[in-house]
Amino acid sequence: MQAAETARTPLFDGPEWTFELMGKARDAIEEIALGDLGLDVYPNQIEIISAEQMLDAYSCVGLPLMYQHWSFGKHFARDEALYRTGRQGLAYEIVINSNPCISYNMEENTMAMQTLVMAHAAFGHNHFFKNNYLFQQWTDAAGIHDYLAFAKNYIAACEERYGPMAVEEVLDAAHALQSQGVFRYGRPPKPTREELVAMQKVREGYESGQSVLDIWTDSTLGRDKLEMVEDADYSARRKMMNLPQENILYFLEKHSPVLEPWQSEILRIVRMLAQYLYPQKQTKVMNEGCATFVHYYIINKLYEQGQITQGAYMEMLHSHTNVVMQPEYDDQRYSGINPYALGFAMMQDIRRICQDPTDEDREWFPDFAGNPDWRGVLRDAWANYRDESFIQQFLSPHLIRKFKLFTLTNDAELPNLVVSQIHNRAGYKAIRRDLAKQYDLAYLEPDIQVTDADLRGDRELKLTHTVRDGIHLDEDDQEEVLKHLRRLWGYDVRLDAVEASTER
Amino acid sequence: MHHFIDRRANPKGKSLGNRQRFLRRARENIKERVDQSVRGKSIQNGSGVPDEGEKVTIPTRGLKEPRFFHSSKGGLRRHVLPGNKDFVVGDTIKRPQGGAGQGGRKASEDGDGEDEFSFTLTQEEYLEILFEGLELPDLVEKATVETETIGTRRAGLTTAGTPNNLNLVRTMRNSLGRRIALQRPTTKSQRDLEEQIAELEALDERTPPQEEFLEALKKRLEGIIRKRKVVGYIDPLDLRYDTFVPEKIRNSRAVVFCLMDVSGSMQEREKDLAKRFFLLLHLFLERCYEHTELVFVRHTHHAQEVDEETFFYARETGGTIVSTALEKMKEIIEERYPPDEWNIYGAQASDGENFGNDSVRCKNLLLNDLLPVSQFYAYVEIVDEAAEMLLNNPEAGEDLWQNYREVKAQAQHFEMQRVSQPGHIYPIFREFFLPKVKGAQYAGS
Repeated sequence: MQAAETARTPLFDGPEWTFELMGKARDAIEEIALGDLGLDVYPNQIEIISAEQMLDAYSCVGLPLMYQHWSFGKHFARDEALYRTGRQGLAYEIVINSNPCISYNMEENTMAMQTLVMAHAAFGHNHFFKNNYLFQQWTDAAGIHDYLAFAKNYIAACEERYGPMAVEEVLDAAHALQSQGVFRYGRPPKPTREELVAMQKVREGYESGQSVLDIWTDSTLGRDKLEMVEDADYSARRKMMNLPQENILYFLEKHSPVLEPWQSEILRIVRMLAQYLYPQKQTKVMNEGCATFVHYYIINKLYEQGQITQGAYMEMLHSHTNVVMQPEYDDQRYSGINPYALGFAMMQDIRRICQDPTDEDREWFPDFAGNPDWRGVLRDAWANYRDESFIQQFLSPHLIRKFKLFTLTNDAELPNLVVSQIHNRAGYKAIRRDLAKQYDLAYLEPDIQVTDADLRGDRELKLTHTVRDGIHLDEDDQEEVLKHLRRLWGYDVRLDAVEASTER
Repeated sequence: MHHFIDRRANPKGKSLGNRQRFLRRARENIKERVDQSVRGKSIQNGSGVPDEGEKVTIPTRGLKEPRFFHSSKGGLRRHVLPGNKDFVVGDTIKRPQGGAGQGGRKASEDGDGEDEFSFTLTQEEYLEILFEGLELPDLVEKATVETETIGTRRAGLTTAGTPNNLNLVRTMRNSLGRRIALQRPTTKSQRDLEEQIAELEALDERTPPQEEFLEALKKRLEGIIRKRKVVGYIDPLDLRYDTFVPEKIRNSRAVVFCLMDVSGSMQEREKDLAKRFFLLLHLFLERCYEHTELVFVRHTHHAQEVDEETFFYARETGGTIVSTALEKMKEIIEERYPPDEWNIYGAQASDGENFGNDSVRCKNLLLNDLLPVSQFYAYVEIVDEAAEMLLNNPEAGEDLWQNYREVKAQAQHFEMQRVSQPGHIYPIFREFFLPKVKGAQYAGS
């Protein structure tokens, strides 16, 4: 780093980008990202796309390959309308958690923007994807492309064989249960001995040549197993079907009495993708914070080394400041806390606490205040936390004051909203806890579990919604989702609301 | 192991399949709105469907993507917000009305909070839905009569020109920039200095430092005045003039005459069919010409030029004399649309009834006066849905039909058809315009 202070010539001069310039810029970024910040990234595959292709990518939740469904067309139509009328700009990039790490850069970007975007996506996000524990444990970056290709072809083949309407019906229902299609805490249960035997049987059958659609699925196994149930009493059912089960799609895939194997496979595809995307939902602040911190550090370094011109630097900073802007609650532009702003501020703050701690910081963060290796502290944070735990662990009083955070309590039983905490000594801990909770998906999303289904009896599927803090489900949508659920289950479905036992 | 891929050349329309699925899903909703929009649409102002497509807003029923999510009402919630100004713990705030409040964000989790969904249909999609189920052929670009005139066109700015072309905004912008760059003293700074000097000079006696100060001020004032002279307020360098260059203008203008019988026998249904035909014709011509105008002529036993609103919606009673409308058209052409400057199109809709032997008059008017100056003339007879006999047999028909058949035999750019339902409009329109290539050449030569 010290040696690099010698002035270099700028990498580029002027707004037009070329592949050659981008290659040069990427090498320069890489030098800082790996050599200085010590990032560890997947190989990069940077793709240049047009605005229309960006809209395409938008509509398919950013995935490069996706099966076809009308809802994606709907999102495309909406985004396109917003974009055309100028009410919504397009992202400069989209990056995919895969190995190699694919990032899409817009062709309209200037060379300065391309440089910024590469630092942000191809190194910042890329490092996060490769190192964060959630992504490591729950996603398969190397296999996602093959899986997406399989999903697309499988669903296309189903459409051909069973008709688009039949497939659409299953997909609609599965999409409705998407957020109930993930394992939040535990891994999927291991197959039992009977299942292993059954799998073996299916595999042998498969060897003797089957058509595409007869690829073995767990669902084909579930069937045999059901017949082995001898004792239908509740506890045995619980054990057999792993009840209670939070992953409703998984449960239906395994145990629905009416689904054909191909329908179960579609449920499986939807829940696999939901699970693949679940870590991203849990790390918005950290992921963007990490990428923004990395690009900010890198462009400053490049500028210090004379590798970018002042004009390009200004353009980058302009875009950077737009991205990390946090309007206040009473501002017209306010629409929640900006994950870029919060994430970036927290990363910068961690660096500050390492380099230049105050007494307060030493009191609050004894483990790393004054730690000379701020890069190591950040890398460790990026690797081992998700938004909720990250905020709980790292949000400093300094930042709470800077953002002037306060907690507003909305209790339906009181006539007014009450300011319950403000940014003072008494409030720091509570605000930090409340904010962390706002990023806890397990708290934000309704807790709905399958609690019972008596296949030998009335076959009614019983779901339980555990109501926390007196917040119920939205009724209109609930009815719609239940209709879908009945279609997948084939018999009656009941959803009971139960108040969470105690603790608030 | 890093590499770049240029994807821009990849085939477009990756999401076409999704869009088709979406349109199919929403088809009923869309069709309802499209039909409404045609009825409510003005042919001339809305100019039918713009090239970039038609914006439709459809209800979201059937397009909802339901999810389990928390209701936005009730319960106990805590929200952490940024930007506290003067709240202290315990302050209360009135709950925002409408129940949305802070929870509103959750309610519209995926943007579906609204009951309506807006997006843009492409022109093709719009027409396809409008003329349900029919395939859109490639409408071949027609030879159109073009005249050329010389006009002028703006061609940027120059540094020399006549004063009337002076571009004030650009000139003043340059002047301001130059004045700032060369640090021209402002009038105010000069005036302030002068005041200060006057103040000092007004004193009867001055102390030596005051004298000195006065001298210094005077010197500065001199400097300022000199500088203001050297750096002018407006310098010839600043001047910018608009320039215009002469240009040949392809004069492709068209006028569409919409002629319609509005006597009592033309009901809502008949008018709606006629309107679809006129709309389509106008759409088509809009694509061919740079400028199109519409003239609406309605007739009973006398003809009137009216605006679109009156044309379609006003009621009128009386007999039916078709030739009056043709006379009117002839009159208007003579008055306002010299055929050497305008491409003239006629479209006539009627239920086929005519008074006495007026139809012969119509034939003569068309053959002698109108067709020679027109690019194309279309006659649409709107018949009862039950009248299948007429639909299948072009030889059968009333007086007017028979006379028009004679016209058709003599003029290639005259077309006539019968319709009884919206689905017919597009195919007959297509039939009209496929042979029209010949018609246009005929008229143009």
